[in-house]
Amino acid sequence: MTTIQSVELRGITKRFPGVLANDNISFDVRAGEIHALLGENGAGKSTLMKILYGLYKPDAGEILINGQPIRIKSPTDALRQGIGMVHQHFQLVPPFTVAENVALGLASSREPLTDLDVVSQRLRELSEQYGLRVDPNALVWQLAVGQQQRVEILKALYRDAALLILDEPTAVLVPQEVDELFVTLRKLTDTGHSLIFISHKLHEVMAISDRVTVLRDGRVAGTVATQDTTQKDLARMMVGRDVVTVWDKPECPSEMAVLRVEKLSALNDKGLPAVKNLSLSVCANEILGVAGVSGNGQRELAETIVGLRRATSGSVKVLNNEMTNHAPAAMIAAGVAFIPEERMTMGVIRDFTVQENAILETHADPGLADGVLLNFGKIQKHATRLVREYDVKTPTLDTPVKSLSGGNIQKLIMARELTRQPKLLIAAQPTRGVDIGASEYIHKRLIQERGRGTAILLISEDLDEVLALADRIAVMYEGEIVGIVEPNTPVDELGLMMAGATKGKSEK
Amino acid sequence: MISDLFSLNVLIGILTSGVRLATSYLYAAIGETFGQISGVLNLGVEGIMLVSAYAGYIVVLKTEDPWLGLLAAILVGMVMGVATAFISVTLKADQGISGIGVYLFGLGFSDLLFRVTVKSPQILKGFGDVAIPVLSDLPVIGHIFFNHNILVYGAFLLVPVAWFVLNRTTFGLKIRAVGQNPEAADSLGISVARMRYATLMIGGGLSGVAGASLSIALLNMFQQNITAGQGFIAVALVYFGAWKPYRVMLGCLLFSMVNALQLWIQTLGIPIPSDIALMMPYVLTIVALVFAARSVVTQPAALTKPFERGE
Repeated sequence: MTTIQSVELRGITKRFPGVLANDNISFDVRAGEIHALLGENGAGKSTLMKILYGLYKPDAGEILINGQPIRIKSPTDALRQGIGMVHQHFQLVPPFTVAENVALGLASSREPLTDLDVVSQRLRELSEQYGLRVDPNALVWQLAVGQQQRVEILKALYRDAALLILDEPTAVLVPQEVDELFVTLRKLTDTGHSLIFISHKLHEVMAISDRVTVLRDGRVAGTVATQDTTQKDLARMMVGRDVVTVWDKPECPSEMAVLRVEKLSALNDKGLPAVKNLSLSVCANEILGVAGVSGNGQRELAETIVGLRRATSGSVKVLNNEMTNHAPAAMIAAGVAFIPEERMTMGVIRDFTVQENAILETHADPGLADGVLLNFGKIQKHATRLVREYDVKTPTLDTPVKSLSGGNIQKLIMARELTRQPKLLIAAQPTRGVDIGASEYIHKRLIQERGRGTAILLISEDLDEVLALADRIAVMYEGEIVGIVEPNTPVDELGLMMAGATKGKSEK
Repeated sequence: MISDLFSLNVLIGILTSGVRLATSYLYAAIGETFGQISGVLNLGVEGIMLVSAYAGYIVVLKTEDPWLGLLAAILVGMVMGVATAFISVTLKADQGISGIGVYLFGLGFSDLLFRVTVKSPQILKGFGDVAIPVLSDLPVIGHIFFNHNILVYGAFLLVPVAWFVLNRTTFGLKIRAVGQNPEAADSLGISVARMRYATLMIGGGLSGVAGASLSIALLNMFQQNITAGQGFIAVALVYFGAWKPYRVMLGCLLFSMVNALQLWIQTLGIPIPSDIALMMPYVLTIVALVFAARSVVTQPAALTKPFERGE
């Protein structure tokens, strides 16, 4: 590896139709340094890094490596310059082995034949050197997410990357895996690598970085040395005002279970067991948080409860009524609201307008329809009220929903679901991919809804979110609840449970 | 009579025809496998086969050299493969619809050319049978496997070659990668478009051989719609074979054997209505596809999806 002494971006500007994604941004990273890039969704972090990695062409500005201006026109150029990127959505070929993924696109020593044994050998050496344990012959789709990430890092190191861009690398990891990743990152900087660490998690940025650059609305809000700043300062730079992270929750006065799930089992899309003999209950005025690493059956659990997926055994009771495998319409009628994980495919119809999406469930209600005809006057009034009450930022009611930001779409979905005054709300990943402002708003609404007497099942992979909102936390691992704990449980302990370590322990 | 079917000679006859008839399915289906593994569903195989079958036929008719005819069929197939790639890779047209377009073009165009240039059906002398020394003298097996025209041998040799290319070369690794995760391949500097053009050219060329194997080897004639749906069955056979060359070959043999059986049923005058007999391979297509175990893992994840560089 040839060390890169410095990489500098000067005055980078990138315009997309209607949006100035990067506005005269300057940023630099030095050898042996971890420079964090912090900002909300849409602040321009990804755009900036895609420019550095050759996926986008900047409208203005230049890139300098070791003081020399260079042009990066494609990822291949970037790799040739020693710049590697670990994308948030892994760029791996699932049915391939680890070695095949690494060898892909590289010249083989035995062209035209592959040289996977040579690749595997060198991979083992790299694994050893940086503590990135992974079997070169393992199939990628069978690996855990943390291991897949190691493959991505190894892929870049194998290509002699001296600068690594890590795009939200911790988003998919449990706390223990984050610790392991940080150890690896330190090893990398010790050997002269430079790292750009993209994140929106303040405590991680504080823990790992040497310097932090905060982006807001496409501009640099500031670059500071990590030791000279605090989480609170960084949050203020990110959002432009103080942010609430701790919510006061009124005591839960009721013990009555609104949702009672007993010994529920269900299969995933591949026909394998995803929810296994799972029981839980949620009371009125209570938020039960379901924590866990992505892909442990959370999605299937939510879908089974609301009637979108068949329960193979067990029961779902809402207010003591048997509702197992009832159609979604019956669930809606029973006062169940659902904020689905897949906002764009299950939450809204992309090409429908804001007002059409606002009445997906209630379009036949007497308040909105006259017999079989839609009453557009009433619908408009209804949608106007929802948009105003829930602070949905949209140009008009006739704007197709797909052109709204993630946060505003999510607010619209919340508005539609909550305006029915549900008895039970199933919220799956309600703030995933949503900016801090909107996610703060969504949290506020969830707390309000809890105060109104709604039972809320909050399924989230964001442990911070679960810790901030939940009255009780159920940890899900491989389709089972491995324990239900209080929200003051230490993060380390939760992390172990999320990794399946304390299976069968501590049902409080 | 029905009992005639079970004599040894008839059985050998059926198996021999089965091996022979598998030829066109094999070339077309192995060619289609390349395209599908790279993520492109080429439904135009039938159309490519038809035009190539005509091209091979007319060249042999004029030159009396079957090798020149084969070359012409391959070239025509490759040109149509490139055209298919232009439509589905460069222009990103819907692959199902554009494939049907290519088929209809091939059906009409080959017939038009035939009517203009040849007018009435003529039998020609194409590839003759080549008995393989020693092996063809073996009892039973010798007749079934080792007494065919050269294209039959080529078809069966193609299977391990295709497997090797796909699984043991860097070219094959790239083909599989662009069919499973084109974004990942792109991020590593592999041109998704170039790979897909390459596989469609291979598929086109092999479809060309498939067409020629009918017009200048098996039947030694050309007529309207000479392929009778074989190209479409080949597409289905790739699904049936779960994108694995050896399993695709098994599918091809299954179909050709059923075809051979129905031909012999008619030849022997067994009292089953010929319409029913003729229908058998097509019914089998449907049945096979319904029951073929869909492998979530081996199916190219990007099949039928045009690639566009992200966000």
